[in-house]
Formats: sequence, C-alpha cells, structure tokens
Amino acid sequence: MSDQQILNLEERFQQRIDAEIKVEPKDWMPEKYRKTLIRQISQHAHSEIVGMLPEGNWISRAPSLRRKVALLAKVQDEAGHGLYLYSAAETLGAERDQLTRDLLDGKAKYSSIFNYPTLSWADIGAIGWLVDGAAIMNQVMLTRNSYGPYARAMVKICKEESFHQRQGYEIMLTLAKGTEEQKAMAQDALNRWWWPSLMMFGPSDAESTHSAQSMKWKIKRKSNDELRQQFVDVTIPQADFLGLSVPDKDLKWNEESGHYDFGPIDWDEFWRVVKGNGPCNRDRIKARRKAYDEGKWVREAAMAHAEKKKERKAKLAKSA
Amino acid sequence: MKERLFDYILQLGDNSLILGHRLSEWCGHGPILEVDMALTNISLDLIGQTRNYFQYAAKIEDKGRTEDDLAFLRTDRQYRNYLLVEQPNGDFAATIARQFYFDSFHLLFLQELVKSKDEQLAAIAAKSVKEVSYHLRFSSDWLIRLGDGTEESRTKMQEGVDDLWNFTAEFFLMNDLEKEMAAAGIGVDVQALEESYYAQIQEVFEAAKIQMPDYKPGQIGGKDGMHSEHLGHLLAEMQYMQRAYPGMEW
Repeated sequence: MSDQQILNLEERFQQRIDAEIKVEPKDWMPEKYRKTLIRQISQHAHSEIVGMLPEGNWISRAPSLRRKVALLAKVQDEAGHGLYLYSAAETLGAERDQLTRDLLDGKAKYSSIFNYPTLSWADIGAIGWLVDGAAIMNQVMLTRNSYGPYARAMVKICKEESFHQRQGYEIMLTLAKGTEEQKAMAQDALNRWWWPSLMMFGPSDAESTHSAQSMKWKIKRKSNDELRQQFVDVTIPQADFLGLSVPDKDLKWNEESGHYDFGPIDWDEFWRVVKGNGPCNRDRIKARRKAYDEGKWVREAAMAHAEKKKERKAKLAKSA
Repeated sequence: MKERLFDYILQLGDNSLILGHRLSEWCGHGPILEVDMALTNISLDLIGQTRNYFQYAAKIEDKGRTEDDLAFLRTDRQYRNYLLVEQPNGDFAATIARQFYFDSFHLLFLQELVKSKDEQLAAIAAKSVKEVSYHLRFSSDWLIRLGDGTEESRTKMQEGVDDLWNFTAEFFLMNDLEKEMAAAGIGVDVQALEESYYAQIQEVFEAAKIQMPDYKPGQIGGKDGMHSEHLGHLLAEMQYMQRAYPGMEW
C-alpha cells in the first residue's frame, strides 16, 4: 500500500470514529490504534487478575459466612472480567498466553493500586468502595469507547463492578456503625487507600503521554483530571455519611467551581510504585509467576489429553 | 432426639465448610484461569450448603446461636468433618484426588438424603444434588485428563490418589450417631453405599489409566472430633476475626 493510500484509509477511519461508528475486529484500523488498544485492554485484564491477590488475602479470614461467600464471588468476578478482556484483546490479534508472559516478565503493566497491602478486614470494604468506585468512573467512560468488543465487555463489567462497589460501601457502613475498634479500623483503611485511589486515574493531564491521541480516537473520552475530580466529588459525601474523613487537610468545597478542591498528590510515590518499588510489587508478580509455573504441567496434561482423544476419535472413524 | 439431629446436621455442614474453605485457598492461584473460577464455584456451592445446614441446626437448637457461631466459635475437637476434607490442597493433582474421593461419596450420600424423613434435610439435599453432580463431573474429568495426560501428570495424579486413599474408609464406618439417624429414617445408611462407591472409583480410575492404590484404607477419627494436625491451622485462620473481635457485627 502506498503512503497516500494509508493516509486515505486513516482519514476514513477518523471520519467513522467522529461519526460514532464502532470499530469492529475485521475493520481496517491504524496499527497504532490496534497497539494502543492491545496495551490498554491487556493492562486492564492484568489488573483484574493481579487484583484478585490483595482481596484474596482475606478470603480465608472473612469474618462471617455471608462475607466469605460475597468476597469469594467478587474475586471470582474479577477472574471473569480478566477472561472477557483477554478475549477482547484476542480479537485484535493478541494471544492470551503471550500477554500473560509479558505481565510475568514485567513488560506489561497493571493498575498500581494492587501493589498496596490489605492489612485489615476494613481494607476489603475500602477497596470495594474506593478502588472499584474509581475504576467505575473510568469504565463507564469506556463503555462508549470506539472499539466494539471492548465497549461491549465494559458494559457487562460495569454492572458487576457497581455491585461490588455497593458491597464494599456496605462493609464500610457496617464498620462505621459498629464498635470504636471497628470504626478505627475503617478510618485506618480509608487513610491508607485514599491517596492511592486518586492516583488510579493516572498522571495529571499535563504529564499524560497517551492521552491526546486516545481522545481523538475515542478510546478515551475524559481526561485523567476530569475523572479524578468526578470521583472526589461523588466520594466525599459518601465519606461524610460514614462519619469518616479523608486524610487531606486541603480538602474543601469550592462554591464557585461547584467541585471539591483537594491537596496535591504525591507523584513521587506514584512513579515509585509504577516503576516497581511499591510495598507489594514483587510479591504480586511472584504470586502470579508461581501460579503460572506450577500450572504448567496441568496445562500440558490438558493439551496432551485433548490430543490423545482426538487421535482415538480419528482412529475410530477410520476403522468404522 | 433433637440434640442428636443437631449433631448430625453439624457433621454434614462441617464437611462442606472445611472443604469449601480449602478450595477457597486456590482462589487467585489456580493453574488456569478457567480452573481457578471452577474451583471457586465449587467452594461457593459448598459454603452455601454449609449455610443451609447451619441455619437449620441453629433453628433446631433454639439457643440463639447463629450460623456464624456454629462455623467460627467451636474448638477443633467439636468439628465433625471427615479427615479427608481438611487435608491441605497440595498440588493440583492432590486437590483433584481429594475432590474426586469426596464428590463420589457426596453424590451417593445426597441421593439417599433426599429420601430423609426430615423434610428440611431432604430439601437441602435436593438442592445440593444438582450442584454436586457438577462437582463430580469436574473432578472426574480432571482426574482422567491428568491420569491420561503426560507422564508427569500421570505420576502426580497417581501419587495424589495413593496418598489420600487412606481417608476414604471414614465415609463408611458408621459411628453411633449415624447408626441412630439411619435407623430413624433421617440419616443415611452409609455402609450400604460402600460397594457402589468403590466400584465407581474403579471405573473412573480405569478411564484415567490410574492404578487402584495397593493398600486397605483405614484412617478414621474426624467424625468423632479426632483430627489431623492440619485442622487447627485452618481454624486459627478461619476463626481469626471472630476470636480477635468477639461479639461484633460484620
């Protein structure tokens, strides 16, 4: 294809995007669009899978049978989200096993929030409330992204995530209405998860490298800072209702802008964790690598068995 | 009689609880994402069954205890589960062996329990039968896949079934409580299930190209509260919140 032909295709592609026509797997798309999506969708899938670990940490210690069942079901949902997303990435020509190996080799990223530890039961509430809450802001936007399979996966995921978010908030509410010890546990969890949750939206707009092109392609429709502000605005009244306070002395309602003003984010911490030096980065990847390595013989056995079955069937068909 | 029924239901609930707990330890660490989800499903079913049993037991006892009091606030000698279900997960083959031995028994057991004179127990059994048929299909399929997969998987699968074989005896050796409940038409005459159990096992082993273990199973004790060293650790973890923060709502 000549450069001119590609230019024409790109122009037509952009026109379709501007006209809000979804891109489907067999449509022509710029290579960079494909790569950007594979990177983003697989990062999202990895986040679901790695995200199973901090919450999974409390399954064996859940305080009641009802909570144990709810937490198990939630972590299982995350595995399911991982599956849809890997499938969406496969429609773009990626392979799940390769994507997984990129994660294990440290080549692919996942949401940094999961590099923080879950230290008490209240963390399970805080993660549902704040982390899923922040994720939803982003995901609701993504239900309208330009790539069809990704947008459709997001619709399904969003429904489950908002259920998780309510469940997390309900855990916090139970603690907030409980004993002094429980209330302190809830406040401590909020103190530890608040800032990392704000960091989930990524660098400020001025610093964000991928944003402009992604907005143009409608992979993204709101900027990091817009989404972050939206999250703060909905979350503060929820914290008030719990009788808990966020650890930010600069937080205040701004009558003029109609938004909450909040203090500066510690971007040094953000980059430190992104670059691999958060409290649990090594543990998380090690745990995933262990599951992958120890599962190798199981995957090989399943393939070998399927192969044997196929051969036997073929033999039977021949002799018949 | 009421007290005896209460004890009997606890025994049923404890099996589901402890095995459900063990399986939940796999969540997030499974060898394949789909298998991870399937193990969690089975765990969810089993803990769901536990809740049905314990809610019923609490009602019969009528002393204001809840399902959580029964699940979290007993000491190890008061748990009545089979030794098999408290055994650690080990590798995936050991988990499948444990699951297959239990599911094979569990399904036979529930198919009898649906005929119980106790309507509530029969209803719980009827609901559980459907779930457990799926569990057995999952564990048999994997046993066959691993047995008839690679050389490595066959060795591991054989080791898994050999190691846990010893614990299958406990299903069928009836204690006084079971005899009493069976005689009253409430519980199941488990001794009568023994023959078909081992015949079924043999059938799946043949399909899996797995050898029947070459020793007579005989390890018992769990049903009477004599457990292995493993249960104490499981309970320490499972009961942590209820013990550290007594009497709170969660």
